[in-house]
Amino acid sequence: MSEGQRNGGSNVSTTVLGADEIILNMGPQHPSTHGVLRVKLKLDGERVVDSECVIGYLHRGVEKIAEHRSYQQFAPYVDRMDYVAAVSNGLGYCEAVEKLLGTEAPPRAKVVRTILTELQRIASHLVWLGTHALDIGALTPVFYCFREREEILKIFEKYCGARLTTHAFRIGGLQYETYDGFEEDVKRFCEDFDKKIDEYEALLTENRIWVGRTQGVGILTAQDAIALGVTGPVLRASGVKWDIRKAMPYAAYEQYDFEIPTRPNGDTYDRYMVRMQEMRQSRRICLQAIENIPSGPIMARIGKVLKPPPGEVYHAIEAPKGELGYYIVSDSTTQPYRVRVRPPSFINLQAFDKMARGALVADVVAIIGTLDIVLGEVDR
Amino acid sequence: MNYLNSPFFHTYVLPVLYGAIIVAVLPLLAGYIVLVERKVMADMQARLGPMRVGPHGLLQPIADALKLLIKEDIIPEKADRFLFWMAPVLSVGMALLAYAAIPFGPVFQVADLNVGLLFILAISSLGIYGIVLGGWASNSHYSLLGALRSAAQLVSYETAAGLGIVSALVWAGSLSMKAIVQAQYDRGIWFIAYVPVGFFIYLVGSIAETNRAPFDLPEAESELVAGYMTEYSGFRWALYFLGEYANMVVVAAVATTLFLGGWLRPFVRYHDHFPGTSIELLDILPTLLFLGAAAYCLRLTPRQPVKIQKMVMAAVAGLCVILAGVMLAALFAPPGVMAGIHGAFWFLAKVGAYIYAFLWFRFTFPRYRFDQLMRLGWRFLIPLALINVIGAATAIVLSEQWGLHPLPAALITSAATLGVAVWLASDGAKAPTTTAETAGGGD
Repeated sequence: MSEGQRNGGSNVSTTVLGADEIILNMGPQHPSTHGVLRVKLKLDGERVVDSECVIGYLHRGVEKIAEHRSYQQFAPYVDRMDYVAAVSNGLGYCEAVEKLLGTEAPPRAKVVRTILTELQRIASHLVWLGTHALDIGALTPVFYCFREREEILKIFEKYCGARLTTHAFRIGGLQYETYDGFEEDVKRFCEDFDKKIDEYEALLTENRIWVGRTQGVGILTAQDAIALGVTGPVLRASGVKWDIRKAMPYAAYEQYDFEIPTRPNGDTYDRYMVRMQEMRQSRRICLQAIENIPSGPIMARIGKVLKPPPGEVYHAIEAPKGELGYYIVSDSTTQPYRVRVRPPSFINLQAFDKMARGALVADVVAIIGTLDIVLGEVDR
Repeated sequence: MNYLNSPFFHTYVLPVLYGAIIVAVLPLLAGYIVLVERKVMADMQARLGPMRVGPHGLLQPIADALKLLIKEDIIPEKADRFLFWMAPVLSVGMALLAYAAIPFGPVFQVADLNVGLLFILAISSLGIYGIVLGGWASNSHYSLLGALRSAAQLVSYETAAGLGIVSALVWAGSLSMKAIVQAQYDRGIWFIAYVPVGFFIYLVGSIAETNRAPFDLPEAESELVAGYMTEYSGFRWALYFLGEYANMVVVAAVATTLFLGGWLRPFVRYHDHFPGTSIELLDILPTLLFLGAAAYCLRLTPRQPVKIQKMVMAAVAGLCVILAGVMLAALFAPPGVMAGIHGAFWFLAKVGAYIYAFLWFRFTFPRYRFDQLMRLGWRFLIPLALINVIGAATAIVLSEQWGLHPLPAALITSAATLGVAVWLASDGAKAPTTTAETAGGGD
């Protein structure tokens, strides 16, 4: 209680506590807050009366750094935002700058980008699944998930030498040609992966405890989700069929046949189901793309020094966690005048209070897990 | 020799000796259960587990214990120092005290109390004070919530587990641990065949009582950091762990005694002998099992990467051969000694199997939420346990008054109870999961 009062100034801390209420600080050092999120909970027994997220423990001023780096120099920094899905971040940034330059990556580069980004989506969802299950108390799926994620990281490593913060793409295309055996590696992974998803689902989907812990927990209606600006699987699990890959196609997504999975209830179980389906769809995209990678150059002719014409651009992609947007203003120097990132995790996190109110402490960790936040992206 | 047969020796010296052995061996045993748990977990999770300290991590428990002994001992500033100190001691002390009435075979038992089972139940419920007081004394919200959960959980599940025990007791007709096993010998069957539902209820109840997954809410690491142990460190923390694992052995021993025939070997009424001797055919089983284990270790020996690992692996194989020899030699020893050694083997083997089931559940199931736990306990297990007791009593009436063979009688009543279980489960599924009826520690 005194802890809460000392950190006053916020709504949870300054409200008067009822006789049965306590304030519980979850985080920034807590096993289930996925990094350095701090959640202040006002509890009545174990029921959450009020909640407040405290963020900023991982703030590194990424957007400010951008103003003092050239366009190419800034590209590796974006990998450090959502470090679980670095490739997707890089794709968004590179395409945004390309749009600003009025150029496009060659077809071959676009297809390779699509394949790597979809693999990254699978890897990101695997991390989510493992940690989410771990939070709910299932100890085993996380190891299976990381086993498959390792295969993807190996492909990344073979392609560009890095596993986590890959900096796989360059503005204008790709720096590296694909390695010998790239197609076989991706194909082998994708062909095995369907069975692996069945394995995860065998452990969880119909497990009574899992269903009990997730169904009806953290319900977000479609109306609320849209009002809060929530995107990605969280939005689609509330029944809204919105996916930027279909709505405003980028990279090579137009060429491929895939579905946007949605679910009607907007609870934690539905978000789980949507992401499981998305992994299967990503696998489908990869299999289609790998069959027909066009030949040709991998880099557009953009020159060594980038001085985009003055103006501004907003470009969004469907990152694993939702809409990842880059708003870039150019003053026709080599450095951007302003870069503003719209991170999906930050905006999805705003739905937390709505979902957590009235839930139990055990649900809070399920809700944090189901939002699939990465604090590097929330705090930037 | 006269002294060894004197009442003084049997009343005072032997029990003290047995007690000393238990207190000396149990911490080591608990450490190795942890190692086995980690190895089983690793096996189920497609990895290796501890491999660094000793071959296949065989010395890991000793390294852990040493580390915990020399760690700094922290007592939070605002904690209640006396209770903070006492709580883990209480937890371990009560767990150890319960061993007094457990028969590790027909001979190795500290005291054969005529209320042995009641004594064990009473003492192990006292152990919960260690958790509740520890959680309260830490003066931390996480610990407090863990302690509250633990108290509520124990009250709910001990009722169910107790009723599960009653269903076996009506067949046994005694509370003395020895007499319960004797009853199973006389009937020539383990009581799990008579009351399978009772065994299931006790299994679930005992998992909840020992705070093991999927009922490990008091220490739910993803919600309450470490629950009631959050503020504990160093050796006090290790004491809590020791208490938890000692308790696991206690509940496994109770289940073994009541439902799995205690120290009796399988097919206990099958008495065929080796021709020309008085040695029963099935008594050779332990020897064969140990020889098999030795062969397995020997097969692994050449594959060990380092010389010292090869040596230790060979030593483990040698140990298995020695144990096989002991089991074989026991066959030629006086009947009392033979029964003691083989009884202990079968008892520990069954306890091990029961604990393995605990581990298996832990790595398979997600964790229950508090209100779901309460609903499962009060809406499903306790009604089921009550009906199961009635079923067991009915089976006895059927067999003793109406002359039906006990096994079909028990099967009929068990099937009826299972039907009730299905009905209860479907009813429980209909209950809303979104709104919890219980919140906080109280119910």
